[in-house]
Amino acid sequence: MKDVTIQFIPFGELAYLSSYKRVKKLIEMAEENKIILIQGKLEPQEEADLIEETMRKIGRSSKFKGIELTSFVPQTKNLTIFQGLREKMANALVGNRDSLTIIGPATVVREIKKDPTKIELYLRK
Amino acid sequence: MANNFVSFFKRFFEDVFKTKKNVKIGFYGPPNSGKTTLANKICLDWIGEELGSASKVPHETRNVQFKEKVNIKHNGKQATFKLIDTPGIATRIDYEDFLAYGLNSKEAKQRAKEATKGVIDAIKWLDDVDAVVIVLDSTKNPYTQVNVTIIGNLVARKIPVLIAANKIDLRGADTKKIEAAFPEYGVVGISAKQGKNIDEFYDSLFNLIKKV
Repeated sequence: MKDVTIQFIPFGELAYLSSYKRVKKLIEMAEENKIILIQGKLEPQEEADLIEETMRKIGRSSKFKGIELTSFVPQTKNLTIFQGLREKMANALVGNRDSLTIIGPATVVREIKKDPTKIELYLRK
Repeated sequence: MANNFVSFFKRFFEDVFKTKKNVKIGFYGPPNSGKTTLANKICLDWIGEELGSASKVPHETRNVQFKEKVNIKHNGKQATFKLIDTPGIATRIDYEDFLAYGLNSKEAKQRAKEATKGVIDAIKWLDDVDAVVIVLDSTKNPYTQVNVTIIGNLVARKIPVLIAANKIDLRGADTKKIEAAFPEYGVVGISAKQGKNIDEFYDSLFNLIKKV
């Protein structure tokens, strides 16, 4: 089993970057074969940008094979209307910090399996 | 008074008999979910020719391909579509994966290169569709980030979505799991290859384009 580095990125470290810089930083870290654990979640457009940039990198590099990506958003089904509103206001003010995003380079992470309650990471030998 | 009466009936008959024209429907989803097979089935049903080639080797569709003026008549409804079949969206592409399907190294590398461009094109086309059919393999886990990302981007662009849970003819197909994963969207279980439930699919398609 090869060594695996897991790097945690707190919400604040990405929050003030532009979408372009955020995506660039994440790709660069994935290229360094790190598994990245992010507090928060990317916007849908950023996720699409991340996939596009990943494809460009694969096209340019013979070593980079892409990424595995998943995000985990806590279930908010059983919240009361008041709790739901409070949650939305908090997210609007300070960003969605309850979510978790995992990005792993495909050369390290073979597969990420996810269901509503858990995430499983399968690493390459 | 007479003018109002005539105007009312004119609008009424226009609404009842109007044919939606050139509705741009994109077929999106992960690789090998059956997007091209479904697009081919529709094209064969209504214009008698296929749109593209389908294969068991992933990333068979590496360019966005179209079929224009596909006129569908179903249960008294009629609409003309531009069908847009897109390459499967993936977050990883490794040419070595294609070697297992009998491609040689050169072919596999070329396929991988073309597939990366295909994914970029597919994402760019999200800005140019009126509605989307997301085709998922109902034998596979629907909780993948590619599916979430596609749906998230469509919601952000306010593009109506229909989910086709394909391959229901195969063992292990689970349409209910797809419904549970995406409860806010219409899900129709089909087998594009065998034409199973295709009438229900057309019903859902006409419901989808009401939102366009």
